[in-house]
Amino acid sequence: MQKQAKFGVGIAVLVLSLGFLAWLGYGESKTYYHTIAELSALQGAERNHRMRLGGTVEPGSIRRLTGRVDFVLEGEGKQLPVSYVGAEPLPDTFVDKSQALVEGRPAPDGRFVAEHVQAKCASKYETAPGADKPGASSGSTQNSM
Amino acid sequence: MDVFGSFALLLALVCAVYAFVGGIAAIYTRHPLLVKSTRQAGIATCALIFTATFSLEYLFFSDNFSAAYVVSHSNRSLPTFYKVAALWSGQEGSLLFWSFLLSVYVISVLLVYRNKNGELMPYVGVVLAGVQIFFLTLNNFVASPFKSLGMQNPAGGFDFFTRIDGNGLNPLLQYPEMVIHPPNLYSGYTGFTIPFAFALAALLARYPGEKWIHLTRKWTMIAWCFQTVGILLGAHWAYAVLGWGGYWAWDPVENASLLPWLTGTAFLHSVMMQEKRGMMKVWNVWLVFTTFLLCILGTFLTRSGVVSSVHAFAQSSIGSWFVGFMIVIVVVCFTAYVKNRDYLKSENQLDSVVSRESSFLFNNLILLVSCIAVLSGTLFPVFSEWISGSRISVGTPFFNKVNIPIGLLLMFLTGIGPLLAWRKTSTDSLKRNFGWPLLVALISGAALFAAGMRQFYSLVCFMLCIFVTATISMEFYRGARVIKSRGNMNLFSAAYELAWRNTRRYGGYIVHMGMVLIFIGLAGAAFNRDVQKDMQPGSTMQIGPYTLLLQSSDSKPEKNYSAERMIVEVIKNNKPMMLLYPERRFFTTNEQSGTMVAIYSTLLEDLYVVYAGQSPETNAPVIHAYLNPLVKWIWLGGVIVVMGTIVALMPNRRNVFVLSAVQQPAGATPAAPALQTSATYREGHD
Repeated sequence: MQKQAKFGVGIAVLVLSLGFLAWLGYGESKTYYHTIAELSALQGAERNHRMRLGGTVEPGSIRRLTGRVDFVLEGEGKQLPVSYVGAEPLPDTFVDKSQALVEGRPAPDGRFVAEHVQAKCASKYETAPGADKPGASSGSTQNSM
Repeated sequence: MDVFGSFALLLALVCAVYAFVGGIAAIYTRHPLLVKSTRQAGIATCALIFTATFSLEYLFFSDNFSAAYVVSHSNRSLPTFYKVAALWSGQEGSLLFWSFLLSVYVISVLLVYRNKNGELMPYVGVVLAGVQIFFLTLNNFVASPFKSLGMQNPAGGFDFFTRIDGNGLNPLLQYPEMVIHPPNLYSGYTGFTIPFAFALAALLARYPGEKWIHLTRKWTMIAWCFQTVGILLGAHWAYAVLGWGGYWAWDPVENASLLPWLTGTAFLHSVMMQEKRGMMKVWNVWLVFTTFLLCILGTFLTRSGVVSSVHAFAQSSIGSWFVGFMIVIVVVCFTAYVKNRDYLKSENQLDSVVSRESSFLFNNLILLVSCIAVLSGTLFPVFSEWISGSRISVGTPFFNKVNIPIGLLLMFLTGIGPLLAWRKTSTDSLKRNFGWPLLVALISGAALFAAGMRQFYSLVCFMLCIFVTATISMEFYRGARVIKSRGNMNLFSAAYELAWRNTRRYGGYIVHMGMVLIFIGLAGAAFNRDVQKDMQPGSTMQIGPYTLLLQSSDSKPEKNYSAERMIVEVIKNNKPMMLLYPERRFFTTNEQSGTMVAIYSTLLEDLYVVYAGQSPETNAPVIHAYLNPLVKWIWLGGVIVVMGTIVALMPNRRNVFVLSAVQQPAGATPAAPALQTSATYREGHD
């Protein structure tokens, strides 16, 4: 029984500490998925969450400025001005009418400030290639290790 | 050829159904002819799947642009090399390719064991046929790769037509790695079907003893090796092609390939507990079941895009088929377990906290925690939507926070586990085995700290890597010294001889050494640097010790793309070293562009240069340079892992002049525990 207890304590300590780390990581990186239409209905704290929105890039709306790229994202008949401020260059697939996922937070002035942009060409091509990376068909500014 | 192929697929399904139904009948009636005919039906299924696969390849090679799949994934100017790879570049072809690789395994199993294990094989055949039926259903009715181009005409008939040329292959797939990465990864995914089938069959048949574990060990290792190589090649492809300077982004498809690897690794270790001590039987069976389920889940995530899709949910109906199949697997496994669980009773209990058993236990526990963390992180958007209604995703910090400590713990166990004795380890042997390695690790840790390394995790990782290297070297040294003293050879050939005498144990050490190299490479990521600059020709940028001078640019038209190439001179210590050519390719057929990263790779660091396009304000080329330390070690580690696995797969070389009395014959099941302690280098470590 004593041995069992030792193992129990060891396992519990291990699992709890890893769980705690997971919880920290969750808090740091959780991102809400919303549609452009939902964004205007969000209240209070919900507006300050990190979130991810999807839509279509409005033709002719991409303006490349110093330090940021502005464009308009369209979805469900609504439009959302977006400023991309990330350091990575935008993916090759990011063009007029491409489908894009933007990740960031809404600014008080109504613009959406995006840190990451993923884009996929309006489906001339089948998306998922072979066995592989989603990046394969969609470019992204995501960066990690 | 398209009719031929689709007919072969249909016939394959019929044969698979016969193998399944007839197999069940054979189990009940035990009629030898029925047993034989179902086995032959299984072989016929495989042969027909091969035929279908080759006829799809034929459509690619004959530029048959009346087949929809060929039109979407190939064109006339596509190089031959990539016409092979075009087979698995889309949904339908990938699923056919899955069936194809599975058939390679199935036919090998059916042929290798055709006159052996008569009690077990009918069950195995039924399970394998069941899996094949699922994929053949998809191949035939849900995602057929043999659809012709055509449209409904007003009269109600169907008009077929042929295109002059196809749309071409996605440029991101036109890289050598993309030709070998999917086959490797898929060979891993499909390969785990074999241990799954044997485990389920043994449980259903109440097959006595640990025999199924001995039977499947090699198959599991082959699948594991393919999975490892597949993951690493995928990482290398992401690194060399996607051009964001990294190799792992924790995205759903990458995670999907990691999940079965984690449980498969756990399984490879925990079966030793069952072999040696008759413990963890339930655990092992469920580990195999889970691994197989995760392989199916991985295929499902890759194919349906349920998580990564730009759209909230998958557009194809394929997802519900996979979910249905996974539910069937869970129900079958669970029923078999509940019915026959008394057969899985453990024969022994854990004796001590400091023992080989407990190191395996903790190894399994943390691999499983890692698997759960990665799985829940990957599926978080799906689950959070079910539970709370809002779709929430988690990113890199979540995965890194959990998995970095887990990786370090695993590295620690890699060092101590193989040297702990079964049952209980004495303090004396702890001192003898770990004294020196610990000292060496601490001294080198202090040296690294003194040299200015302050990244906590990386520092710990390097120390652990040195610790593990020291323990493994000591193991080789001790064994080799014994052989050297008895035969006339130097230490190196003695170590070589040693590895071939107990391939399983020393092959395992070599695999561990490969993992050490991979971990060294991963730890280097903490020191990555990058610089991005708009550069006019003639201007320079500085990164680390290197100065990059943009000399000029040129462009060259190729067979199926045109390229814009930057000529960047690398200067170090005021001496010109070489030219790098980062380029962007523009594929005319599908109006897509791709990046070619220029990498100067050394053991110390990679200089990674990307031409990121033209700056919108200045029209100058944007050059993004990264300095990534130690990345090459990851790929080297992968090579060592493969070599170690191959060594471990080999039969032991007979050894005639030492220990002939206790030497087990090649290929035999491991000797009884009593024999294992009778020789210095056999101390029950494998």
